[in-house]
Amino acid sequence: MSAVEASDITKRYGPTTALERAGIVIAEGETHALVGRNGAGKSTLVSILTGLQRPDAGQVLFDGRPAPAMSDRDAWRRRVACVYQRSTIIPSLTVAENLFLNRQSERGPIRWRALRARARQVLDQYGVAVDAEVLAGDLGVEQRQLVEIARALSFGARFIILDEPTAQLDGPAIERLFTRMRSLREQGVTMMFISHHLEEVYEVCQSVTVFRDARHVVTSPVAGLPHDELVAAMTGEATTDYQTRSRSADASARVVISAAGLTLAGRYSGIDLAVRAGEIVGLAGSGSSGKVGLAETLVGLRKADAGAVSVNGTTIRPGDVAAALRAGLGFVPQDRHAQGFVPLLSVAENATLPIAHKLGRLGTVSPARRRARAATLIGELDIKTTGPDQPVGDLSGGNAQKVVMARALADAPAALVVINPTAGVDVKAKQALLGAVEDAVAGGAGAVLVSDELDDLRICDRVLVMLHGRIVKDMPRGWSDPELVAVVEGVDR
Amino acid sequence: MTESPRFNLGRFRDLTLVPVIIVLLVAGAMVDPVFLTEGNLTNVLQQQSALALVVLAEAMILIAGKFDLSLESTVGMAPALAVMLVIPASAGGFGLGVPAGLAIPMCLLIGALVGAFNGLLIMRFKLSAFVVTLAMLIVVHGLQLGLTGGKSLFALPESFLYLGNASWLGYPAAIWITGLLFAAGIAALGYFRLGRALYAIGGNADAARAAGIRVERVVWTVFIIGGTLAALAGVLETGRLGGISANQGVGWIFMVFAAAVIGGVSMDGGKGTILGALTGVLVIGLVENILTLKGVPGEWKQLVYGAIILIALMISRLAGGKAQD
Repeated sequence: MSAVEASDITKRYGPTTALERAGIVIAEGETHALVGRNGAGKSTLVSILTGLQRPDAGQVLFDGRPAPAMSDRDAWRRRVACVYQRSTIIPSLTVAENLFLNRQSERGPIRWRALRARARQVLDQYGVAVDAEVLAGDLGVEQRQLVEIARALSFGARFIILDEPTAQLDGPAIERLFTRMRSLREQGVTMMFISHHLEEVYEVCQSVTVFRDARHVVTSPVAGLPHDELVAAMTGEATTDYQTRSRSADASARVVISAAGLTLAGRYSGIDLAVRAGEIVGLAGSGSSGKVGLAETLVGLRKADAGAVSVNGTTIRPGDVAAALRAGLGFVPQDRHAQGFVPLLSVAENATLPIAHKLGRLGTVSPARRRARAATLIGELDIKTTGPDQPVGDLSGGNAQKVVMARALADAPAALVVINPTAGVDVKAKQALLGAVEDAVAGGAGAVLVSDELDDLRICDRVLVMLHGRIVKDMPRGWSDPELVAVVEGVDR
Repeated sequence: MTESPRFNLGRFRDLTLVPVIIVLLVAGAMVDPVFLTEGNLTNVLQQQSALALVVLAEAMILIAGKFDLSLESTVGMAPALAVMLVIPASAGGFGLGVPAGLAIPMCLLIGALVGAFNGLLIMRFKLSAFVVTLAMLIVVHGLQLGLTGGKSLFALPESFLYLGNASWLGYPAAIWITGLLFAAGIAALGYFRLGRALYAIGGNADAARAAGIRVERVVWTVFIIGGTLAALAGVLETGRLGGISANQGVGWIFMVFAAAVIGGVSMDGGKGTILGALTGVLVIGLVENILTLKGVPGEWKQLVYGAIILIALMISRLAGGKAQD
């Protein structure tokens, strides 16, 4: 008997169909991956399997028995637990209270001392080394996730959904999570694992289900589904991995981004860097290596304690983003939601923000010229949108990121700094984004690419690996995955 | 002792205004020897009791992550409408002959209805709490002005004035009532699931929903309790002053927010305590009393008032160590 069986599930939101007669069957005790591109219906299935939304049609069975009534939250939580993509921890409450949210007491007043003791017991039981009395908001991402897993299990559920748990973790933390997942599996816990990183699927899952365009496409043991077939199932066409282009960096070309003696306490120190026109330089390292801090310093978002940055031959006053942009810099920030776009403004306005002054006279912006320019960018980057006037907030993650990339490229920059451009985007969007970087470099720009993804770094002419705030290795094109990972994890030599 | 130092700090965050209160007590004693007398301090508490009830209401609403600006209008309108239902037409009422004893229950009911209506618009129609209650602030006060023709009501039934001017065990009844309600609020928000649900909702409504908290129902209840408390504040204020002026409650909401926020209640929801809000009220009350004793001219009071609120904010920021939000 299967632990979970959802069959013929249909769910519509107004005119959009989120799921069309889709289903999933998860055998008892296995770790089952659910993969699909953005908008394939994964999140909808999660909310139906956790009882947060009612399907329009179809049924859900747990251990062969029909799912509980929608209103009976406690019954749902005894059957299925979920670590959602968006944290369901309440930052202003203590870890102990978060663990027992809405069940702090059976009846009558809450006995705080007893509650804290119970919380410590739960944390001990699941081996989570977190103080029950700290505020949950003071925890790091990894600890918060562990608290969520412990809370999920403390309801007695034997089935857990992990919705993109690795998206915000760095390498070692992901490894620790996987170790934990394996030991849960040994204890007989059934899991559904969602991730954009296919190599993770092969690492921890036994079987995989692929959704595409709101439908179920295939379910297979991971061993029977090679990587390229899996990608083909997700995209609906046989695509290969992104083919990097060959390029010969010209050692005598102009330096477009340079840093000398950059130091920022607690982030990085003594960084020297020179990026030439026609060259992509990768920055790799763990979450605490300082790579993002360094990239943000190059564009002026952070002020270094010492050292100088110059863009396109102009020395930039520390912390002056506007000057860096004027000197010819294009920038894709780490968090597109926070720094990348204004969700309510249209695609056209977002894409042309940095060049607004070129679209009209005396501070005015000509809407016609803006639309025309935006239409070009939409075509170049293959942005899926109803037109230049659609608000960026309505686009899917991958297309929103393309708008951010379009903005960076709008002014034909001489220098490009790109941070995690493919985070949370699907396979095809990834190809378009990396292609755009390569196009810009072929056109004579120099680029710095910060990424946690080996696939992204493959387009780089050389990769600088950072460890504890220092550049420890300069790896020319042609490195192998294990080589690079070893350096990133500091286990080289 | 298993308590960690961080946890203790968290508990003391409620009390960051205590040093400010001590400074005010010392300063008050130096300004005027009358200040530290029992009579004067009782007076301060009585004067603040009505405002304190509105602060209690607002603190709960803020902790649940919402907003209610209309409370100040309810303070005037609820008692005015309730009284007009019972007093004769000659005294400015409707002359319906409703028994006077029903005036207070009706007043509270009117407050509850205003709160329920706010809750309906905000939770069911998903409108912004700020805009809805801003409109309701004007509508509710406008209703009072329209019904009373802008006139004050003086010929009030004795039973309606009782709570606001009676003395129980040697102290004004208003102080007892407010004190008991605050104690109930502290217990509810500190030790009961329903009260803790407010923090969960204000901190992360989606997470609260996922934990099985009926978010809409709880927030709606809080709006209804808020409106009821504002109406009760109106009863106390009416009893203390002996009449209902057309301006009863007008302008209170600024003081209410100031008291709640300097008392550590976050405008973003999920943070703060009822005890903290109470210390905020005390600071406001003591400042007002000291300014009066010092004979600061009315024209300058506003300025001093605002400045002291800013200073209290800075002190609580330094003492609490966390950014005020």
